[in-house]
Amino acid sequence: MAVGFFWAALCAYLLGAVLYVLFIIKQHTLFSRVGLGALGAGFVLQTVHLVRVYYEIGYFPVVNLPQSFSFFAWALVGTFFIFQARFNLRVLGSFVAPLAAVLLISSSLFPVESLPQKPSYHSIWLPIHVVSMFLGNGIFAVAFLVGVMYLIQERAIKTKKFGFFFRRLPSLDRLDALNYGCLVSGFPLLSLGMITGAIYAQVSLGAYWRWDPMEVWSLITWLLYAAFLHQRLTVGWQGRRAAIMAIIGFTILLFTFLGVGTLLTGYHSYALPGGPS
Amino acid sequence: MNVALVGMNHKTAPVELRECIVPPEEGPTQVLARISEIHTVGEALFLSTCNRVEALLAAESPEAAVRDVTAFFLAHPEARSKDAADFLYILNGREAVCHLFRVAAGLDSMVIGEPQILGQLKEAYRVGLGGGFCGVILNRLLHKAFSVAKRVRTETGIGTAAVSISYAAVELAKKIFGDLSAKKVLLIGAGEMAELAVRHLAANGVREILVANRTYERAMELAKQFHGAAVSMQEIEERLKEVDMVISSTGAPGYVVSHKQVHGLMRRRKNRPLFFIDIAVPRDIDPRINDMPNTYVYDIDELQGVVELNLQERKREAVKAERIVEEEAVKFERWLSTLDAVPTIKELFERAEEIRRAEIRKTMPRLASLTPEQIRDIEAMSHAMVKKLLHHPVAFLKEPRRHEENRQRDLIFVRRLFNLDDPDQDTLIDAS
Repeated sequence: MAVGFFWAALCAYLLGAVLYVLFIIKQHTLFSRVGLGALGAGFVLQTVHLVRVYYEIGYFPVVNLPQSFSFFAWALVGTFFIFQARFNLRVLGSFVAPLAAVLLISSSLFPVESLPQKPSYHSIWLPIHVVSMFLGNGIFAVAFLVGVMYLIQERAIKTKKFGFFFRRLPSLDRLDALNYGCLVSGFPLLSLGMITGAIYAQVSLGAYWRWDPMEVWSLITWLLYAAFLHQRLTVGWQGRRAAIMAIIGFTILLFTFLGVGTLLTGYHSYALPGGPS
Repeated sequence: MNVALVGMNHKTAPVELRECIVPPEEGPTQVLARISEIHTVGEALFLSTCNRVEALLAAESPEAAVRDVTAFFLAHPEARSKDAADFLYILNGREAVCHLFRVAAGLDSMVIGEPQILGQLKEAYRVGLGGGFCGVILNRLLHKAFSVAKRVRTETGIGTAAVSISYAAVELAKKIFGDLSAKKVLLIGAGEMAELAVRHLAANGVREILVANRTYERAMELAKQFHGAAVSMQEIEERLKEVDMVISSTGAPGYVVSHKQVHGLMRRRKNRPLFFIDIAVPRDIDPRINDMPNTYVYDIDELQGVVELNLQERKREAVKAERIVEEEAVKFERWLSTLDAVPTIKELFERAEEIRRAEIRKTMPRLASLTPEQIRDIEAMSHAMVKKLLHHPVAFLKEPRRHEENRQRDLIFVRRLFNLDDPDQDTLIDAS
């Protein structure tokens, strides 16, 4: 069954996480290479899982919270592969793999429920909206992790106290370049996600914009990232400030994704057991 | 055959002693030649650097060889007057092997993990090889030593951390900027250490070097060396806009670069990182600059602190290296011990061949009617019998042993079994 692929993917991500943590401790590239393989296997397994669920229920399977967690993990790992190929920053895996594993474990903790059928789920705009949104989320999650790495490294250099990470983390310049790469690739995806979301809303609900809490918070997130990008390009908000911004941005984004979906009521709300549908 | 080592190093003896055990008028090649002339010495290698004087020996009787070489070292009257004997170390067998491996890997050096010693050891080996003073054992031992050094370098981080101030500065620059090839450096003042740091940065490919100095001539002179440009001291503030690193070492009593100057600058620099290396005493760069975002200031004490930390790091890595050394020394000893079986095996074959010939000689006259082919067949048959009978005893002797004592015991046993040590008795048996 499709569930088998899910658990296999979960195990692969966990293995990848363990190997990548061993890599950052032992600094032996064998661990990162095998870890990358494990993540790759997990990614393929999860893709198979998603495709099978899609055929089973007939629509893109990202409509409730566990599915969102799962898809978030998928998008994060996918983003990681792209950045790994582009920047070849192995140590990034030591941060990404555990996060992906945690996301998938979170997804697995929810009780299995029967999936609702709504005609709007069958719209072509749902997958376009969701995929661009989540790839954007994945990229901003990477930006968040890179920001954390930057602050750790910057602190070591500023305070002149070199701990465990100093040797293991790359140069500030490289981390900042990665931060910038995330911003310029994540922002268009976020924008695309919002535009296609509006179109999707128009097609399925008859209005582009309904001041739904998720819409409002997404707009706030979008404005925030737009401001970062602007400041970075004009005033030169780079280095420490850019790292902090990436962390703040992702925190807001996470709230939009988790908090708004579960705490506030709106049509984006996740269909939690006993919650609003 | 076993190996031994006699010598003194920077830890055991002061430099006055290290120089006087080697006659100053003789080069290492002559000294090695004279050591090799000592009849108890089988193979020899002589290593003489500013931190150590050592003779590595392979001999049938290492004790005798060590005794004679020690006497040779102490022959110099000055050495005797200074009681040089008390400062010598004498190592045998595994200890000598371990020591050589440690020396090769830089574990015995003043600055742990420094790579020069390996080159010096290679040079000493080249001399030994050229003069024909190194044989089977030392050849193998030295090649092992070189591969141990390589293993230590690749498997431990012993050589990675910078242990000089100027290297530490470059290491930090790399952690801030990553690739240094597009970076611009401003050198303020022309101290020796600052120059060294710039030299390292230049070796790491920085794009451009600017030099500012109180006397413009000196600035021009230095700038020429680094293919850079000279600037005047008044220009510094303006130039701070464009450079990425500043190395300062002036004799100025106050700060050459103030907090205010840099504060006004960062916005115009679009917050590009700026790294100050302050090697001056008193300091040239206001330390508060370090508190601004994207600026980093390291003074001489802080760089020294980095060096200390790195030295500790090297010491930790050295523990791993010691394990590799132990491991490889055990392997070498095992090889050496299989070598000890060789003379016995050779004797065993000689003994058997003697008996075979004697028996053929005794039998042939009674078989006069044999054709030449038949004689050859009998010869071949007897050869095959000897070979087959000795096959297992030889294999037994060549087996690796866990303990050296076991090998000694087995060797004695085999020698008694085949009566190799008292061949005269055989004639008695024949006579009876």
